[in-house]
Amino acid sequence: MGMTITEKILARASDKKSVQPDDVVIATIDKVMVHDVSGPGVIKVFSEWEKKGIILDHIWDPDRVWISEDHFVPASDRISANNITLLTNWTKKYNIKKHFKYGLGQYGICHTLSHEEGLVLPGELYVGGDSHTNTTGAMGSLAVGLGHTDIAYVLMNGKIWFKVPETILFKINGDKPEYIMAKDIILKIIGDIGTDGANYKAMQFTGEAVDKMSMEERLTLTNMSTEAGAKNGIIEPDEITFDYLRTRTDKEFLPVKGDFDAIYSDTFTYDTENLEPVIAKPFSPENTCAVGDIEGRAIDKAYIGSCTGAKLEDLRMAAKILKGKHVKIRTEVLPAAQSIYLKAIKEGLVTIFLEAGVVVGPPTCGACCGAHMGVLAKDEICISTTNRNFPGRMGHVESQTYLASPLVVAAAAVNGKITDPRNEM
Amino acid sequence: MNRLKGKIHKYNRDNIDTDVIIPGPYLKIHDHKELGKHAMEGLDPNFSEKICEGDFLLTGKNFGCGSSREHAPIALHQVGIRAILSPSFARIFYRNAVDGGYLLPIEIDPALIEKISDKDEIEIDLNTNTIINITSSEKFNIKPFPEIISKIVKAGGLLYFKE
Repeated sequence: MGMTITEKILARASDKKSVQPDDVVIATIDKVMVHDVSGPGVIKVFSEWEKKGIILDHIWDPDRVWISEDHFVPASDRISANNITLLTNWTKKYNIKKHFKYGLGQYGICHTLSHEEGLVLPGELYVGGDSHTNTTGAMGSLAVGLGHTDIAYVLMNGKIWFKVPETILFKINGDKPEYIMAKDIILKIIGDIGTDGANYKAMQFTGEAVDKMSMEERLTLTNMSTEAGAKNGIIEPDEITFDYLRTRTDKEFLPVKGDFDAIYSDTFTYDTENLEPVIAKPFSPENTCAVGDIEGRAIDKAYIGSCTGAKLEDLRMAAKILKGKHVKIRTEVLPAAQSIYLKAIKEGLVTIFLEAGVVVGPPTCGACCGAHMGVLAKDEICISTTNRNFPGRMGHVESQTYLASPLVVAAAAVNGKITDPRNEM
Repeated sequence: MNRLKGKIHKYNRDNIDTDVIIPGPYLKIHDHKELGKHAMEGLDPNFSEKICEGDFLLTGKNFGCGSSREHAPIALHQVGIRAILSPSFARIFYRNAVDGGYLLPIEIDPALIEKISDKDEIEIDLNTNTIINITSSEKFNIKPFPEIISKIVKAGGLLYFKE
């Protein structure tokens, strides 16, 4: 029986000829990521273990681990500042060399760095202390988010248990119109299958629209597989993947693809040619409708940020609409990584944003998770390129967030209300 | 840990997410006691005062969806919650609850939500995979843990689990 790409990676990592859904395997991990929230969480687990007599003077393989400062940078207060110091001392203690520090060269949102820096390669099994670790699956890797205990266990042992997930196949067909972005497609899918539609399962994206999609757009699809509950989102690597990686790493890798007779538990087919721009209303990513259905609804703030919606192409698409116009509502752009920020400056995008009256801030998870840097007030309504809109996600529990593509968010920014981006292009 | 007795706190809502269980601003906190004070703050600001050591939650499906923050099961454990009864759990929450040894995610038939009331006394028996509603004298089956989960639960968390 054939295997999917997800099954093949798990079989290789657990040293088995084949695996099938529901098998439990102990898999060897290729790469591990922790950030300034999960890192101190892992440190806390280590300290709890120490109280029980388990003292780690070294971790399994520091060269396979990398650290990102992203959630609470710039430090929002004394506690988050102390967390950064704690994390810095810890990475020194365990000899972890890849620590992307705020204010010291390249840094940014962990998931963005994973692809921007070519840190995770096709065919690898990668775990991160963050739910949107799924993002990196667009590079043909098996990328899974884990909690602090699990990451601590991996740092000690280099391996961990997994249940082999069933794979749902999403065939995305058609010649995507220019006003449709990957964000519209993934919101449409989540609206159809729900926030638990892929719980415990793998979401694999394929089809001619995916084949033609840039790497950054593909990353939006896998990023929000998390919002459907998926264990992982994945796309088989191709020339677009390899070209993207060649400019970022000289490391060799062994790409994996699924067998022709692989079994998928379900298949969903979408035609992008007829897709309308999609928006998720408060208070769930599954609460979707066509942007046209709620056009004119008043908005207080526009946010273009996060691992989901502040990659270079996201900024380019927002700039396309903002060019030569002025925003009517408070609008913030936070590029997802320092390297993207620099490219946005060189391409003139930052000038477009500033001339439009937009604030451009430093890369950070910031207000996406309601942490700091522009959180929402009671009753405030935000339209955002981010990934979640649960109650209180971006600030006050009685604030509201609409999720949409950078085009839709920029169109709302220049009109102060929900607007079909086709009216602004 | 095979038999647990406690009182039910019923929140009959689907998709209770991690932003509600422990809101984003508290992610920088790693002191378990402090996290407990803010458990379920997004849903019920008085939650932590209502819970006694050993109590259970009864909720709608897909409990714990959203983030990978281990703060969520930690905060619930800290206030005293020892098991959650729900038709389904989001995968990372489920893993964190079991691997960290914080609490038991018990999968139940969705029809049970109507048969168990707020403040009912419940006994969970993992030997027979049943729950007894002591208040109403009814007995129900629960979904048994998969083998690996059962082993990790018995070990008291992933740290003590031997393959």
